[in-house]
Amino acid sequence: MTSNVALVDCGGANIASLRFALKRLGVEARFTREVAEIERADKVFLPGVGAAGTGMEKLREAGLEALIPRLEQPVLGICLGMQLLYDLSSEENTPCLGIIPGRVGLLPASPERTIPHMGWNQVVRRGESKLLEGIPNRAWFYFVHSYAAAPNADCIGETEHGRSFASVVRKNNFFGVQFHPERSGANGQRLLKNFLAISRPPLP
Amino acid sequence: MLARRIIPCLDVRDGQVVKGVRFRGHRVMGEIMDLARRYREEHADEVVFYDITASPHGRSVDRSWILRVADALDIPFCVAGGIRDIAGAEEVLMNGADKISINSPALANPDLIGELARQFGSQCVVVGIDSSGGGGRWRVHELTGDPSLSREAGRETLDWVGEAQDRGAGEIVLNCMNMDGVRQGYDIEQLCAVRERCRVPLIASGGAGAPEHFVNVFSQARVDGALAATVFHSGEIAIPDLKEYLASAGLPIRA
Repeated sequence: MTSNVALVDCGGANIASLRFALKRLGVEARFTREVAEIERADKVFLPGVGAAGTGMEKLREAGLEALIPRLEQPVLGICLGMQLLYDLSSEENTPCLGIIPGRVGLLPASPERTIPHMGWNQVVRRGESKLLEGIPNRAWFYFVHSYAAAPNADCIGETEHGRSFASVVRKNNFFGVQFHPERSGANGQRLLKNFLAISRPPLP
Repeated sequence: MLARRIIPCLDVRDGQVVKGVRFRGHRVMGEIMDLARRYREEHADEVVFYDITASPHGRSVDRSWILRVADALDIPFCVAGGIRDIAGAEEVLMNGADKISINSPALANPDLIGELARQFGSQCVVVGIDSSGGGGRWRVHELTGDPSLSREAGRETLDWVGEAQDRGAGEIVLNCMNMDGVRQGYDIEQLCAVRERCRVPLIASGGAGAPEHFVNVFSQARVDGALAATVFHSGEIAIPDLKEYLASAGLPIRA
């Protein structure tokens, strides 16, 4: 099991739950904005709850905007952290990290489909990955968000709320989940465990 | 499809889980950690911890248990009670809670809703509303944790729902006081009226006594979640059985 895990500080107050989830897997993650510390980590988590603009600003201030796309170890973006992997977020028209092509947009609201998309929803498998090993198709995960990206070639899991959106993406060593694995019971724990076991460079 | 949520609510008073009838005569139901772990194992979709003693006496929640709960739970949980400002909310969120719920402090200072939403995002700002009435007209109550202080807040429920979401609330919990603790079913009429007005997730609270009540509130009032306390704590309704029953009634439910 990997021990050198960095949790990137990009804003958002509720990071404790992810830390606890990793602790349950025997990992003490470092919460950091230090370039050197992130560079030498075996695994990097890009968490974050809040607005895309604030998240990018925090990364920029810490000199991480340029660093993160260059990382070669496995990186997992969670919720806003996944959205920041894309080119652009329509939330305040924020240019993001540009690792995954596409833009993140506001989910459509309707009386039957309230926004934020908050609660448990299913992930339909669109591709295979070590990240999803041992997790059944249509497994339930916990979501809390208003913005999402449309499924593209990098999408390996999708979810429906008003429209279909990418709930799991993977491009090279970059992974993203729109849900909160740290709050998704046994399936979430399995996904985190899978991520921690991904080698560098990652195999499919 | 988004699952309908089953949410046990742990009313906390002096560090123990209690439940009253129509907000009066509280009795002890169990220890916080025991019930939290039990609900996690029973596949509750979320847990709410509500310190009913906090607001009326101007005190804060004893927050030492939040870290312990966050450590033990791998499902989302919300903390309510005594959160009056950014600092109080931040402390709760930093300790691992996923959401904070504000009730009386939002009535006293409606700007607080927007301040919290800007700081932490709407998704973690829940506004709880204690409401009673009938015949198409419902009114908001405040400080309901203490019978000697509980009073009408001078607002119409539907107006307050609209204002709270406009100010940035990411979820509304509507506690129908007429039905609270009497286990005759959720207040469908009131919840339907609020549902019409509410475009953020809506959670029904107050009145659950039987599995049919959950089917009714989900299918008729189209709420996103149903909250209950006594029937879950006592074991009278087991959450796994309830979920099986709801799924067989055709509702989207997380197994």
